[in-house]
Amino acid sequence: MRLKLDKRETPEIQKAFLAANILIVVAFSLIFSRLWYLQILNGEYFKGLSENNRIRIQEIAAPRGTLFDRNGVPLVNSFPSFDVSIYRQDVPDMKALIPVLTRVLSLDPLRLRARLEGARGIPPHQPLKIKTDIPRRELAAVETRRMDLPGVVVNVVIRRNYPYKNLASHLIGYLGEVSEHELGMEEFVNHKLGYLVGKYGIEQKFELELMGESGGRQIEVNALGQKIRVLGQVEPSPGNSVHLTLDLELQKAAEKAMAGKQGAVVVMNPQNGDILAMASKPDFDPNLFARGISPDNWKSILDNPARPLQNRAIQGQYPPGSIFKILVAMAGLEEKLITPETTFQCTGSYPFGNREYQCWKKEGHGQVNLRKALVESCDIYFYQLGMRLGVNRIAKYASAAGLGTPTGFPLGLEKTGLVPTSSWKMKRFGVPWQGGENLSIAIGQGYYLATPLQIACTLSALFNGGKYYQPRIVQGVRAPDGEVRREYPPLVLRNILISPETIEFVREALWEAVHSPAGTGGRAKVEGFNIAGKTGTSQVIQRKEGKPEPIPAELQDHAWFACFAPAFSPEIVVVVLVEHGGGGGSAAAPLAKKILETYHRRGKKDHPSPARVAVQRSVRRPDEG
Amino acid sequence: MLDRRLIFNFDWPTLVTAFLISAIGVVNIYSSTHPHSGAATPLYLKQVYWTVLSFGLAFLVLAFDYRTFVRLSYPFYLFCLLLLILVIFFGRSSSGSQRWLQLGVFSFQPSELTKIALILAMTRFFTEREMPRGHGMRDLAVPFLMVGLPSLLIFRQPDLGTVVLLMAIFLSVLVFVEVRFKTWAVLGAGVAVILPTLWHFLKDYQKNRLLTFINPDLDPLRTGYHITQSKIAVGSGTIFGKGFLHGTQSQLHFLPEQHTDFIFSVLAEEWGFLGCFILLFLLLFLISRGLKIAKTSKDRAGATLAIGITAMLFWQTFINVGMVVGILPVVGIPLPLVSYGGTAMVTNLMGIGMLMNISMRRFMLSP
Repeated sequence: MRLKLDKRETPEIQKAFLAANILIVVAFSLIFSRLWYLQILNGEYFKGLSENNRIRIQEIAAPRGTLFDRNGVPLVNSFPSFDVSIYRQDVPDMKALIPVLTRVLSLDPLRLRARLEGARGIPPHQPLKIKTDIPRRELAAVETRRMDLPGVVVNVVIRRNYPYKNLASHLIGYLGEVSEHELGMEEFVNHKLGYLVGKYGIEQKFELELMGESGGRQIEVNALGQKIRVLGQVEPSPGNSVHLTLDLELQKAAEKAMAGKQGAVVVMNPQNGDILAMASKPDFDPNLFARGISPDNWKSILDNPARPLQNRAIQGQYPPGSIFKILVAMAGLEEKLITPETTFQCTGSYPFGNREYQCWKKEGHGQVNLRKALVESCDIYFYQLGMRLGVNRIAKYASAAGLGTPTGFPLGLEKTGLVPTSSWKMKRFGVPWQGGENLSIAIGQGYYLATPLQIACTLSALFNGGKYYQPRIVQGVRAPDGEVRREYPPLVLRNILISPETIEFVREALWEAVHSPAGTGGRAKVEGFNIAGKTGTSQVIQRKEGKPEPIPAELQDHAWFACFAPAFSPEIVVVVLVEHGGGGGSAAAPLAKKILETYHRRGKKDHPSPARVAVQRSVRRPDEG
Repeated sequence: MLDRRLIFNFDWPTLVTAFLISAIGVVNIYSSTHPHSGAATPLYLKQVYWTVLSFGLAFLVLAFDYRTFVRLSYPFYLFCLLLLILVIFFGRSSSGSQRWLQLGVFSFQPSELTKIALILAMTRFFTEREMPRGHGMRDLAVPFLMVGLPSLLIFRQPDLGTVVLLMAIFLSVLVFVEVRFKTWAVLGAGVAVILPTLWHFLKDYQKNRLLTFINPDLDPLRTGYHITQSKIAVGSGTIFGKGFLHGTQSQLHFLPEQHTDFIFSVLAEEWGFLGCFILLFLLLFLISRGLKIAKTSKDRAGATLAIGITAMLFWQTFINVGMVVGILPVVGIPLPLVSYGGTAMVTNLMGIGMLMNISMRRFMLSP
């Protein structure tokens, strides 16, 4: 490498130096004249702006996305409410302000002082919220006493409202203030303390879709902190809307049927897994949360022994009781241990080991074949069938039909239920399976547990031709302009392989259980509607035989009714569970009837295609809803 | 090595100016990060440590003939490229861009070192190849690669400011190495084609910043707000300023990155036009001193090197202050010797060390 020592000072180089000097002079002159303009010519103006920083950013919250039912009816809406905040830097004399403020807003002076004390770490130019959702009367008072309240501002906040209150509260969920933990998450980078986010249900699961993006405006304020002019504005972008599979009318019917009860209802379309209604009682009012739930309200919900926050349709696990006979009957036929003609004698009780196993009908059913056993729910018949099948063969059919596994409910939190086997019992309790237990499980007692949703899914799959659909609660997500952002098509999780002859036989028996005079499900009958169903009564405690004793309410049996209609081409599955309701035929079937009536009365003619309606409705802005 | 003539020719004015500017930087970092809380070392103190270390390095640079550095420039350049690639895989991210390499307790920015590496590499290239009729397009292929490779790597960090700076340095050096007129025309046409293409590769926030500069109403909440706040801070300083630690804008932390890219607004608010004038005068003095060193250097290598370093100091100063006072768009470029940042301090003082080095050795004609 050679580094030359000579340097030729060509005219070009000299020109380059000249150009560089000119450039530097021009650049610095530009800067100096700009500084002159800002600091000397307009210095006083900017000084004014900088005092109490007169340029501020005001946030404009994004309208939260709406939830629609399957026919495009909004399930939530919003209304404006007013929050009061203080810009502490604009308050010349806090001591003078506090008494005025506490009087106008009827605040506790001690609490207000504590709030101000606690906000020491927050820069004084940031607004400090002191009261949310003030009544109109206080709003008027603040506005008229503006001059006595320097630094006090009223913000309009859009608050979420649930017009149907407790309806479907476990599905819709509720909002709450964003937590410290959530603020640390990437998807919430633009959130600030005090924002409301979904905490439960759809509101939580679809938070990112629903929240939208807030906008804001840059404003210039005067020395009192009042707006003089808007310097710039960015419109918020509203959140996306979520379209549910719920049918508001059926949901209302379900809620009404269950009023005052404790339990759950699931209404499902067996042909695609759509949840048309799901109710769990007791429930709660999400409006309490949207306004910032008071500690007393929160405590009363948490301490309620009936646990209103629990969604019993997916989290309540109950012995399926006689509903389970549907599966045991199918297992018996499929395993060729019985034929429809096989009969057993029912005398009202059946001795096994050193115990007498009772039929629910003390005087007995007499000669019973399978059809009669299902229609009249004869326990003795199933004791004997259960003995022949044994625990593991029953478990095989129960598992294949979807019991003992989560249904895949999209909002999560569901319980799995339980399908016992002999090895499970050995592992769990270290004791071998007892022969008598085969009798108990054959009528859905013993260790068997299922959620109402599991029963609905299994029933759907058995009678829709064997397709086990994942329950669907959300059809899709749409942008405010109606554009489809996300779709959740129906999904078949597995197929159930049971011969059509078996299915058809059981289907007829279940039709008869509702329609024949001796059937246990007669109280579900709806004129002109072919309903097939099965009652169930699951024991909370083992009762001593024969001794009729008064049972306290909390130990009463759970009442089940599971049905589908029309029986030979099902469109709707209804499962009702009433905790401690007593007998399934008397306590649960009449509730299912009310829902089926609503469905049947409406008929097909005024039940437009959901997809088309959803498109029409979602073109509207959610805030108009 | 260091004989008496070197000490006699020692460039005191440059050293003192650099020192004064760094001191102003520490004072303003102190103010802009006030109040200092927590057990961690306060930023102004970290800046003091970095400044001391950087002056030490500058003296070390003086000990060797600058031509040694020019000779070592290609390996150094490749080393910097390697570091930039390492950033992609092991870099630490902070506020959306991945620019730092973590070495034990301290982290540094390879993109800063790249500035010096590029200047040295270009110096060597143009010193070795003298074109009597000026450089043509084909002769410039290697220099284009020299600036292009690191620019791409830095662009994807993303760090638009440093890319802009590398380009500015590159073009400034080209002016002094005799490029044919025709080549300039082709270059101009090329830039006109590439710039709109580049637009598509910008991140949304970068596009926003540029658009907002043209029309501040586009983004009144973020960049627009920052520009407004910065202008208010500068303007409200008036002639004498609000006084040390009394800037209402800076003490309330209205400005983003006020100890790094927006440090000038803190100075302007608290020290007024007078403070700005003094700092800008010192920077102007340093820059024109650099230009003079380039002119009086007795060899091509020294001249080119001095031009590159001076260009680096000038463009950083102009773009940064221009952005703070609202005459240039917001691109993240720190103010040399003033903004908080260790690697930038090292880079700038190494550059100034080289300038002093060239200045000291201008009468030494030994090869």
